[in-house]
Amino acid sequence: MADALNARELRQDEWREKLAMFGLSLPALVLVFAIIVVPVGWLFWLSLFNDEGVLSLSNYTRMFDSKSYTRIFITTFKVSILTTVFCVLISYPFSYFLSQLPKRWAAIGLFTVLLPFWTSLLVRTYAWLVVLQRKGLVNEWGIELGLWDQPLKLAHNLNGTLVGMVHIMLPFMVLPLYASMRAINADYVKAASNLGANPTRAFWLVFFPLSLPGLLAGMVVVFVLCLGFFVTPAVLGGGKVIMVSMKIETLIDLFFNFGTASALGVVLMILTLAVLFLAHRLLRLDKILGERGA
Amino acid sequence: MIKALPIHIQQVVKTYGRIHALDHVDLEIKSGEFLTLLGPSGSGKTTLLMVLAGFTRPDSGSVRFGDREVIRTPPHKRDVGMVFQNYALFPHMTVAGNIGFPLRLRGVQKDDIHQRVEHALSTVQLDGLGDRRIDQLSGGQKQRVALARAIVFEPRILLMDEPLSALDKKLRDHMQIELRRLHEKLGITTVYVTHDQREALTMSDRVAVINHGRLIQCDSPRTIYDYPASPFVANFIGESTLIPVKRSNGNVVLDGQVLKVSGAVPDGRCSLMLRPERLTILPDRRNPDYNVFPGVVEEVVFQGESFVAYAVLESGTHVSMRGISQRETVASLPSRGKAVLLGLHWEETVLIPEANEDAPG
Ligand SMILES: Nc1ncnc2c1ncn2[C@@H]1O[C@H](COP(=O)(O)OP(=O)(O)OP(=O)(O)O)[C@@H](O)[C@H]1O
Ligand SMILES: [Mg+2]
Repeated sequence: MADALNARELRQDEWREKLAMFGLSLPALVLVFAIIVVPVGWLFWLSLFNDEGVLSLSNYTRMFDSKSYTRIFITTFKVSILTTVFCVLISYPFSYFLSQLPKRWAAIGLFTVLLPFWTSLLVRTYAWLVVLQRKGLVNEWGIELGLWDQPLKLAHNLNGTLVGMVHIMLPFMVLPLYASMRAINADYVKAASNLGANPTRAFWLVFFPLSLPGLLAGMVVVFVLCLGFFVTPAVLGGGKVIMVSMKIETLIDLFFNFGTASALGVVLMILTLAVLFLAHRLLRLDKILGERGA
Repeated sequence: MIKALPIHIQQVVKTYGRIHALDHVDLEIKSGEFLTLLGPSGSGKTTLLMVLAGFTRPDSGSVRFGDREVIRTPPHKRDVGMVFQNYALFPHMTVAGNIGFPLRLRGVQKDDIHQRVEHALSTVQLDGLGDRRIDQLSGGQKQRVALARAIVFEPRILLMDEPLSALDKKLRDHMQIELRRLHEKLGITTVYVTHDQREALTMSDRVAVINHGRLIQCDSPRTIYDYPASPFVANFIGESTLIPVKRSNGNVVLDGQVLKVSGAVPDGRCSLMLRPERLTILPDRRNPDYNVFPGVVEEVVFQGESFVAYAVLESGTHVSMRGISQRETVASLPSRGKAVLLGLHWEETVLIPEANEDAPG
């Protein structure tokens, strides 16, 4: 039976297009494979060998046996959670304020948030050290003004780490939040108040739920970035705040122990993926909750 | 039946910099009335509606719902229903969540909410759609949900800002009738904004024409159409050609011809209003009921249900004449370049005062 009019040619064209598409994306695929999949796979491979170079799971079992590793993971999560929480507390009102401003003014506000992006991470971290240390700006002024008489311990501990991390993570929270708040049509809030909601209820029942996607996106980004953070806790923590990334650094730099370091990396990655998965579920949950009109 | 409230608007002024969005607006809206604010883009319709809803704070003036002065009342305490132009349905709630929202805020019991939401849904003929998400609705359905949400808490005043402008023509025509029917059923005082004159004429008890923030005329659709109070209204509503007329010995004269006029002749300078559909083609000058304007046909255009003949009068004025597409009228059509006698019945010969109130600023 003869084909329908031009059917064969059209089918050929479709195949040709698909092939061309694949050919065009091949270089990118190779690149991704080379710089992401291969190193991660290699790390995983390394983590499976113990100190004597024998295939074993000892790198992993050690992590669960030794209290010090548990503590490092707890610290990592604690710092990440606290940083995320403080970022939310600062960013939400700030982004809300910006989103209510005329666009031109909001752009200025955003610029001030993004400004630190153009400065090196290391410089910013050391700048905080200068501000927060025993004889730093804050302490000198505080004592000068008689607010406190002994220098406060602001740097070389958890406090300093948090201040630095929050400062550095702020833009990652503000940007998605601001974007999602800008996208909320002002008519929704108007409609809410027309229907009888006072400003507080209009905010919690309408504005806040609509800003949740941006908030959750910002939280996930900040939290995940924090999990693997190195410079700021290393400098501002003064050795008292040891996060996974820092432990990895010591293991390799000091002990040349690639096996354990890789195992740590793998566990961190799995935990990060778990967080992302959870966030994904949460985001959908929020949608489902929303659909109930709750 | 919902008890409706009258709205008294007095001397409301709202300026944005040098723009007078509302310029001393006085308007009395009767209890249970369907009043339409009609005007060109930027005339201040939305601003006036927002003043009524409480979202725009005027510079001065008074707004009363019944006996209650509300000019300083925040929106959430005004108890007016409102349908937004883009509906403003909450995307994070279902249809039922949206409609139940005002009831939830008023502390109505859950069962009660459910019942009243169902009732509101059936009022707008959306039975069974309560569980739908907002993005699963068509434009017309969204419109109905917005309407249901605006009336479910039984407000005594309903405001609508161009609620049908997002719909296609067929649906719009249908919704016009339906809104009108609903208004008759609920008897709620309704202020409706549109810039579509046909919509205004179709739906309203009265039409308030606004231009440059000023109320130009507020009358029934018939009066607005037949007796516009100013050239602006005459031009804005329906088509019309205005021809300045002269006075002599108490008569009104156009091109040397004394006009037979219906009603009182306004003081001061005025113009004759020629509406295309009011003109007819006369075989001769014998009928004494008609004012006759001789002219030459420039073009005849077929438009489906009607045709339009463009003619130029002896004075050089271009006018158009509309007739329905019907065997007899079509047969009497002159062809291009031929002389015609255009007739206007004296009862439909209306003079418009040349007021200066239309001038901007
Ligand atoms: N927030 C504002 N700031 C400055 N000017 C405004 C503002 N709101 C309205 N105006 C101006 O006030 C005038 C009236 O606006 P309004 O929105 O009431 O017009 P409208 O009749 O609803 O027009 P449309 O048919 O286009 O909706 C316009 O000149 C508009 O530019
Ligand atoms: Mg408007």
